[in-house]
Amino acid sequence: MSIDLQTVKKIASLSRISVTDAEAEAMVPELNNILGWVEQLGEVDVTGVQPMTAVIPNHQRLRDDAVTDGNVRDKVLANAPQAEHGFFAVPKVIE
Amino acid sequence: MSDLTDLTVAEIRDGFRAGDFSARDVAEAFNANVAAAKALNTFIVETPEKALAAADAADRAKAAGEALKPLAGVPIGMKDLFCTQGVQTTAASHMLEGFTPTYESTVSAKLWDAGAGMLGKLNLDQFAMGSSNETSYFGNVISPWKRKGGDNAALAPGGSSGGSSAAIAARLCPAATGTDTGGSIRQPAAFTGISGIKPTYGRCSRWGIVAFASSLDQAGPMARTVRDNAIMLENMAGFDPRDSTSLDLEVPKWEAGLSSDLRGKKVGIPKEYRPDGLNAEIAALWDRGIEWLKDAGAEVVEVSLPHTKYALPTYYIIAPAEASSNLARYDGVRYGQRDLPDGAGLQDMYAATRAMGFGPEVKRRIMIGTYVLSAGFYDAYYTQAQKVRALIARDFEQAFEKCDLLLTPTAPSASFALGEKQADPLAMYLNDVFTVPASLAGLPAMAVPGGLDGQGLPLGLQIIGKALDEQTVLNAGLAIEERAGFAARPEKWW
Repeated sequence: MSIDLQTVKKIASLSRISVTDAEAEAMVPELNNILGWVEQLGEVDVTGVQPMTAVIPNHQRLRDDAVTDGNVRDKVLANAPQAEHGFFAVPKVIE
Repeated sequence: MSDLTDLTVAEIRDGFRAGDFSARDVAEAFNANVAAAKALNTFIVETPEKALAAADAADRAKAAGEALKPLAGVPIGMKDLFCTQGVQTTAASHMLEGFTPTYESTVSAKLWDAGAGMLGKLNLDQFAMGSSNETSYFGNVISPWKRKGGDNAALAPGGSSGGSSAAIAARLCPAATGTDTGGSIRQPAAFTGISGIKPTYGRCSRWGIVAFASSLDQAGPMARTVRDNAIMLENMAGFDPRDSTSLDLEVPKWEAGLSSDLRGKKVGIPKEYRPDGLNAEIAALWDRGIEWLKDAGAEVVEVSLPHTKYALPTYYIIAPAEASSNLARYDGVRYGQRDLPDGAGLQDMYAATRAMGFGPEVKRRIMIGTYVLSAGFYDAYYTQAQKVRALIARDFEQAFEKCDLLLTPTAPSASFALGEKQADPLAMYLNDVFTVPASLAGLPAMAVPGGLDGQGLPLGLQIIGKALDEQTVLNAGLAIEERAGFAARPEKWW
């Protein structure tokens, strides 16, 4: 299965990465090359095989339902590109 | 006094305790080497003041007769993938340029608690994606090694932990942290003639490490000797409730358990790791490695890992899929860079920020990952890859019914010139052909130097162990180290 320019642009859009037409065109053969190579997995017989979920057996731990963190607003905002009045600031969103 | 920067972690620790030198002497010697090695571009941020502060604390503790911490007096390098409080942490990306964590990663915190001092933050492939350290936003790391015979080509230190490997080989630090997702500790160790171990998945906490592929990412040490790796790993590993995949197990005393006596151990040689066209010098080194382990008392048996050829394509579905999910957090809102073109809305800001902040290899992997996870393709790619991954893990389980450890080459070639493989992503991916299978199975695996090739460049051997059996891996590494007698070091040109 090969992907075309339109598909590359769609993947870029899903990935939230803006690409120019020239960049998207350059990616078509690159991505096809890689995807063509990984498609060899299709030849492996996986009848009855469960997909791996945990590489080393481990159990999911539960902890007491208690507050263990928080009250660190200024630390959380310390690296924000733009923070105002104790909030993250983003451009106006109008749907 | 011999040059303090030629000492191993164990020698620094023990010499400091014995009063042969002060911790400050050691820190100053390494700080001077770091400052004089800009040409290697191994550090993104240098923190000589932190190395000195830890050293002074060690000297004061010793003068006061206090109990000394396990790494008192030892300065180390920290891969710039570990969040360090108050010190810029970038993952070698433009996206995180200027990001200064307000918290400390678990692994780095453990090392500082153990008395180690930080020389600086080491360069790497951007978001740990790469095998040659050519994807860093802050420029290539240059290997201290050169081909013999006057070829002056700048060589790759391996990746992604290329700053770590180059800095250790060049005596800028006695040890460093690395992280390994598909070979990022082992392949750079092999390229630069040092050792490094990726422990069992879950031994080291991932908390505070910039995430790449969470089901594969694992921290581990890099150093010049097997003993130093054991010392470092003891001070990095351990249960952490903040990482849901952290293993709640005691940390073994790996250093005390070191023994190169391999009597009673069976070493498996996987036949699939010797494909037609395997580099002859690497095949010959592998044969020598087999003889060394036999000499140490081990019995050698042939084993089969039939799904080996599918490991790389499996990896290049799973790792990009997880990366596309993990890296979705870089949105220009909460931390990192933002690009807000005139009149842009929120969605435009996301796309512009990510186009500006990510390098080409990172974008490539995010897009591959997005594609294989997208509606209509998820089962054909991702679910299939997770099934094949289960088969690869089963291969190892079956092999370990016949043996206690596996011996293989670490990488399919010695270091190559920078730029040589950059044009073809697939050729670059093939570098990890011998390291990726153990990553997919979560197994402990170690690289140790075995010798030099005809061009005078280091070649490494890889030992893969059973889950949680780092001790046998380290012991086999020690047996090889003692017999290989690898003492080569790069001639200083920087």
